[in-house]
Amino acid sequence: MERKEVATLPSFSHFIQTLIETKSVFLKAMLLTIELTVVSILIGIVIGLFFALLKISKIKVLEFISDAYVYLVRGTPLIVQIFILYFGISGIFLLPDFWAASLALALHNGAYISEILRGSIQAVDKGQMEAGRSLGMTKVLTLRRIILPQAFRRALPPLGNQFIIGLKDSSLAAFISMNELFNVATTLGSNNFDEMTYLLIVAIYYLVLVALLTFVVNRFESKLAVSDR
Amino acid sequence: MDTKEMIKINQLNKSFGDLHVLKGIDMTVYESDVVCLIGASGSGKSTLLRCLNFLEKKDNGDIIIKGKEVDPSTDNLNKIREKVGMVFQHFNLFPHKTVLENIIEAPIMVKGVAKEEAISKAKQLLSKVGLEDKLDVYPNKLSGGQKQRVAIARALAMEPEIMLFDEPTSALDPELVGEVLTTMKELADEGMTMVIVTHEMDFAKEVADWIVYMHDGKIVERGNPEQFFSNPKEERTQEFLKTTILK
Repeated sequence: MERKEVATLPSFSHFIQTLIETKSVFLKAMLLTIELTVVSILIGIVIGLFFALLKISKIKVLEFISDAYVYLVRGTPLIVQIFILYFGISGIFLLPDFWAASLALALHNGAYISEILRGSIQAVDKGQMEAGRSLGMTKVLTLRRIILPQAFRRALPPLGNQFIIGLKDSSLAAFISMNELFNVATTLGSNNFDEMTYLLIVAIYYLVLVALLTFVVNRFESKLAVSDR
Repeated sequence: MDTKEMIKINQLNKSFGDLHVLKGIDMTVYESDVVCLIGASGSGKSTLLRCLNFLEKKDNGDIIIKGKEVDPSTDNLNKIREKVGMVFQHFNLFPHKTVLENIIEAPIMVKGVAKEEAISKAKQLLSKVGLEDKLDVYPNKLSGGQKQRVAIARALAMEPEIMLFDEPTSALDPELVGEVLTTMKELADEGMTMVIVTHEMDFAKEVADWIVYMHDGKIVERGNPEQFFSNPKEERTQEFLKTTILK
């Protein structure tokens, strides 16, 4: 077996120069990464909320469906799920690459989000439901107007964490030839025999994205925390 | 009989698992009555109260609200709850809503009251409980006594015909109990039908029309305050009053 060549760190000036030269291609890739992330998180929240509500429904069959979903997703690697959707489902009906990747990521995120939401819904004091019911509000209305807003607020820190994981997990879409950040970095790296430089560059892009995402989540958190002031 | 029966219960039974909490309760509450339920912890008085607005499901027995027997499996309980306000020991205000929003939520969302109308009604209720300056404050900025008065205003906003109080002053610091009891007394004076689970014997003596003493899931004795406190008939009641008054 051939011994792997040891990559050396690029010089600082070379790194900066490459960073600037490749900015348009990386920015384009970053856009795709953002699209994958935003779409998969938004769908993931809907899926997550749906399965969290099934789980708290106190109806055995629905609880079981929710448990099964969470178990299947958490029990298999994301890359396996992406490949199943890409190769498997695409064979049955035509699923564009972007949607195969987005859907796989959304289903994946959804399982973790459902657990986060379930926990935060159950953490809301049960007196809140009773107060709503005692005022003549239906269970659904109380859930929507009283319980969920409080649950979402509690869920925000762990959700933010999950969003960051989702953002970085979108790099696995590279394996179904999505030209997102990681794919562009590895392709350019091997084409130019300069992997390390491009890996460092893509790391910078991810760091910036995570910083932005963290900022947005924090802003949202302090906005919702207004009732704590 | 010239006064209207607001609540009538016959042979009400309730168990939590093996624990038989209510053992055949019979009780009638007439319009404008103030009934104080007293008894040791675990005697079933809170469970009885919670059965009255169906937060707890009875096992068997009849619950008749304003002359109509309620069947929880077929009747619209939400409609009944609109008429039966409830105040909780731990206030249960909505922490993500301001005082005003807490009060207008149900009238707008349940009764479909117009927002301006709900707000003006809320302001009226808040000045009634002495908190008109707390309109835009979030609950966590209020003292326990203020929270409970907001909770009372919130329940009143639905214009209930019966008010249930589940140990409304038990979670309060002693110096805050008075303000809540004053609000409740005013409500009683206005003729509200009230069922109150309480440990405040002085309040019960002063405000109640009827005292109902519960022990071990049964009503042991009932009577008007003078007779009940000065001349209790049952031995159990005498025991209970001895221990609570010594406290």
